[in-house]
Amino acid sequence: MEVVMALVIGFLYAAALYMMLRRSIVKLVIGLVLLSNAANLLIFTAAGLVRGAPPLIYPGDLVPPGVSADPLAQALILTAIVIGFGVLAFAVVLIHRAYEVVGADDMDQMKDTDT
Amino acid sequence: MSAYMNALVALPVILPLLAGALSLAFWRSTAAQKLLGVFGTLALLVVSVHLLFETWEHDHLVMHMGSWHAPFGIVLVSDMLSAIMVVLTGIIGLATAVYSLSDIGTRHERFGYYPLFHLLLAGVNGAFLTGDIFNLYVWFEVMLVASFALLILGGERAQMEGAIKYVTLNLVSSMLFLTAIGLLYGLTGTLNMADIAVRLAEVEDTGLVTVIAMLFMVSFGIKAAAFPFFFWLPASYHTPKVAVSALFAGMLTKVGVYALYRVFTLIFNQDVDYTHEILLWVAMLTMLTGVLGAAAQFEFRRILSFHIISQIGYMILGLALFTPLAIVGGVFYIMHHIIVKANLFLISGLTYQLKGSHELKELGGLYRSHPMLAVLFMVPALSLAGLPPLSGFFAKFIIIRAGIEVEAWLAVAVALVVGLLTLYSMVKIWNEVFWKAQPAGFGQTATPARSLFWMWPPIVGLALMTVMIGLYGQPIFEMAELSAEQLLDTSRYIEAVLGADYVESLQEMRR
Repeated sequence: MEVVMALVIGFLYAAALYMMLRRSIVKLVIGLVLLSNAANLLIFTAAGLVRGAPPLIYPGDLVPPGVSADPLAQALILTAIVIGFGVLAFAVVLIHRAYEVVGADDMDQMKDTDT
Repeated sequence: MSAYMNALVALPVILPLLAGALSLAFWRSTAAQKLLGVFGTLALLVVSVHLLFETWEHDHLVMHMGSWHAPFGIVLVSDMLSAIMVVLTGIIGLATAVYSLSDIGTRHERFGYYPLFHLLLAGVNGAFLTGDIFNLYVWFEVMLVASFALLILGGERAQMEGAIKYVTLNLVSSMLFLTAIGLLYGLTGTLNMADIAVRLAEVEDTGLVTVIAMLFMVSFGIKAAAFPFFFWLPASYHTPKVAVSALFAGMLTKVGVYALYRVFTLIFNQDVDYTHEILLWVAMLTMLTGVLGAAAQFEFRRILSFHIISQIGYMILGLALFTPLAIVGGVFYIMHHIIVKANLFLISGLTYQLKGSHELKELGGLYRSHPMLAVLFMVPALSLAGLPPLSGFFAKFIIIRAGIEVEAWLAVAVALVVGLLTLYSMVKIWNEVFWKAQPAGFGQTATPARSLFWMWPPIVGLALMTVMIGLYGQPIFEMAELSAEQLLDTSRYIEAVLGADYVESLQEMRR
């Protein structure tokens, strides 16, 4: 399972970088979306994949029985998803506004502020 | 520790959040928002100075959020470096809030300038104080979202173009940071920085540790605008309102530098020969590219933007040399730089209001018309170049002396040459903006609608601070010395956060 996840994550990173290297700003944002998903999946995998063992503590016990999934990693991913959602929503509005102002979705048309 | 001391560590985060929330509540009243801007940041400064003195006395102040003890809960930790950075945030926050009274127009105020301003300060302070690596990511994002919105406030074409580069590169940096956190968590099973430091010492796969260290270096390098990741900075920092530029120039890249200092002293100190050698090259190339980029520029704020990059190089150099004196120099440099650089941006805004341009060729004659402003420019400009007796001289002197002690001759040579080229850039601005006669056909601004009065006090105040750091540098040096001591002796930080019992039980387990 880890191998499959590692391949998926690697593919997502590669796809994200490929999209970000394109000239279109729409594809740039798609690349950012993929990148944030790749990072989230990486946290999920790096924390260890455990199947069918929710971290529940039964009445009377102090610790969950046996090996259980790590809830902290999932909490981190949840936080990262929420933050990523907000930031990417901003990015989408930004490229829309930039498209209105510049009149093109081509990064090569946006070199005024470079040297 | 008493409840008050506990609260004191969190106050630099809570106060700006509170001021921001109140500003939102007074959405319709710009007058109330202005008052909140000035008095909110004033309160922040008072609290942060108090925090600095308490930290000075007690070595480390730790607050366990919600009484969840570390390493299980999130901690806020104030050591000397954090406390110094928080005080600097207070100073720059107050200066820009006062400056904003004259600089920011009603249009920007109506679109939420003040709430965003406070949110930015909260994010910056949170990043300085947190002792939890994932929490650091969260504060980075808080800070970034606020800075995104501040950057595009006004909605001009240049702002949009600059913002796309700024947003993209900073998001890539955040994602790399998140990736590194994920790998680090997989390796150590903890997020508390002190706990990570303890556990990493036991990890056998040092190759993976170095990979993670490099991910952190790239991620924070982008945020700090180090070579070769600095392109977003000169593309965006000159586009927003000057008060916003000054706040960004003073604080934002320094959050990246702070994170580098924290992570590469506390966590990644196993393979210093490898990691800090790379940092050394990054530092030298950052200094050189920044200063050479500035030499080619003829726009006031762009020159200053490129100089931020070259100055970041000095700060990273302090970390890369990794001797006690070098870290002292680096911390001293951060203190000096934040004050000086913000001040130069504020001055560029005032000259714009007086002459209606940022282009050097359209400016001129300011020495004749405003000699006081010329003197006020000279102070931070010469300090930036490192002339005695101003603050920049001592900052550069300490770092270069540290370089000589470890015989890093190339770094010393680069630092000296870059100092000279900085002087060249500052003299260029001086000649063009202040000394030469006003070129015909330019400099005819319509008399400004609003009074420029509130632009003067921050500029005078920050210039006085620059002079005072130069003339009475001893207490500043002592603060930097103590923070370097704390950064290098990581056991003090670890024990303060985790408690001596916990560290002992971990060592038992290892045996």
